[in-house]
Amino acid sequence: MGRLSVDLCGIELDNPVIPASGTFGYGYEFAEVYDINCLGTFSFKGTTREERFGNPTPRIAESASGCVNAVGLQNPGVDKVISEELPRLKKVFHKPVMANVSGFSIDEYVYVCEKLDKEDQVGWLEVNISCPNVHGGGMSFGTDPKAATEVTKAVKAVTNKPVIMKLSPNVTDIVAVAKACEDAGADAVSLINTLMAMRIDIKRRKPILGNVTGGLSGKAVFPVALRMVYQTSKALSIPVVGLGGVSTAEDVIEMMMAGASAVQVGAANLIDPWACKKIIEDLPAALDKLGIKDIKDIIGAAH
Amino acid sequence: MQQDIFRITENREIAPSVFRMKAEGDTKAITKPGQFVNILLDGFYLRRPISVCDVNENSITVIYKVVGDGTKLMSSMKEGESLDILTGLGNGYDLSLSGNRPLLLGGGVGVPPLYLLAKELRAQGKEVTAVLGFNTGEEVFYEKEFKDLGVKTLVTTADGSYGIKGFVTDAMNDIDYTYFYTCGPEPMLKAVYDLSETEGQFSFERRMGCGFGACMGCSCKTRNGFKRICKEGPVLMKEEIIWED
Repeated sequence: MGRLSVDLCGIELDNPVIPASGTFGYGYEFAEVYDINCLGTFSFKGTTREERFGNPTPRIAESASGCVNAVGLQNPGVDKVISEELPRLKKVFHKPVMANVSGFSIDEYVYVCEKLDKEDQVGWLEVNISCPNVHGGGMSFGTDPKAATEVTKAVKAVTNKPVIMKLSPNVTDIVAVAKACEDAGADAVSLINTLMAMRIDIKRRKPILGNVTGGLSGKAVFPVALRMVYQTSKALSIPVVGLGGVSTAEDVIEMMMAGASAVQVGAANLIDPWACKKIIEDLPAALDKLGIKDIKDIIGAAH
Repeated sequence: MQQDIFRITENREIAPSVFRMKAEGDTKAITKPGQFVNILLDGFYLRRPISVCDVNENSITVIYKVVGDGTKLMSSMKEGESLDILTGLGNGYDLSLSGNRPLLLGGGVGVPPLYLLAKELRAQGKEVTAVLGFNTGEEVFYEKEFKDLGVKTLVTTADGSYGIKGFVTDAMNDIDYTYFYTCGPEPMLKAVYDLSETEGQFSFERRMGCGFGACMGCSCKTRNGFKRICKEGPVLMKEEIIWED
């Protein structure tokens, strides 16, 4: 185990850096410009039972130190992900990948997880119960501890792979939802998904986004995410994957000190395609500067 | 796709609120007319996608209109300042389909990418006609530059203060062309689509997140499935376009 390596639910990562779902496609756009095997792993685009086009455009609006998106889970559907995306990915990525799963019903989560469970390339199932940009599903499962319990139990029943429940910050008490997932058998939780937000075009007097509302991500949300990771990891005994505005090696360190066992990088990939590679390359010097020998030693150091 | 720090060598207003910027840097990722670059500006989170107007071994030219705070900041930048730019984005125009007498139809800041296209089509010996559409005479730019390439150039203005009165579509009926290429505001593209008598290629503009295919922020439906304007576009073939609304 190297000084950057961490364990996530029994699978060793060479480093804690994981591109977040929805900012890294199925990996190829990035594999064209650098060897993505330097990553700990990555979480692929949220996958549903059927193909989805997603929301009408515009789907992106800029904001101070961040952006609001309402893509709406565009993806080719789980069958095509298995028959087309995973074989293509295999050629450029040789580590277990994190499969991000979304759904509009418990049946759908189960259906998609059951299919992905059979894929050797998939290391973890990250179950998104926090998408703010779809109606009648997504986030509604992640804002109610009871519903979160049901999804977690149902998914755990159909897979032996580690299940990571991806949580929404759009709740009064994220710890309660996280705890419900832990009690229902989740192997880890990841947080935060985006914060519900919107922008208005003041010349047209209309919302910018086709979906009206969207989810805020980027540097602006980092302190909010950090606070939630801190509170959640203090209350839970399963690992917490921290994400939300992480853009630098120092952000990774701070997120781990808050209690994250691994860290996802989202919006930063959209501005700098090499962001994750640079963060990984910057980590050893950033650790040296702080006198940290092994990154594992700092998980929860601020507790 | 490639990233480089470019050094600005020119940034000046060539028409009201329309600026031409030239910058030096590594341009080898730019391979086709119709591609775009994505420019990072201090204090703004997302990059600004802007089409390439001209390129050589070590320099690019972009023409942009000041429409918001980002382009306003860009317009205030001086020679010698540097910019972080992603280059070689988008599919670009396919020149192989042009026939011998291609027609280029540009509207406003849709004109710039057609300049590089015209230059390359002329280099192939094609008989190129361009119709450049603007709202008013004072907004007209690049008429001389197109003419200097040996392109038969017509200008239309919506208010009739210069050239032919009307839109680019008012000029296209009298032109004998084998194929067309167009870029401009979407209502203009739709009008060209409806009136054109040959096949052609359309360059679209969208709000983008990343500009290189990662975020699905600029997707559209086509007869060949879902496409990302930034990656499989911005140029779409006439026969695959589905107009929404």
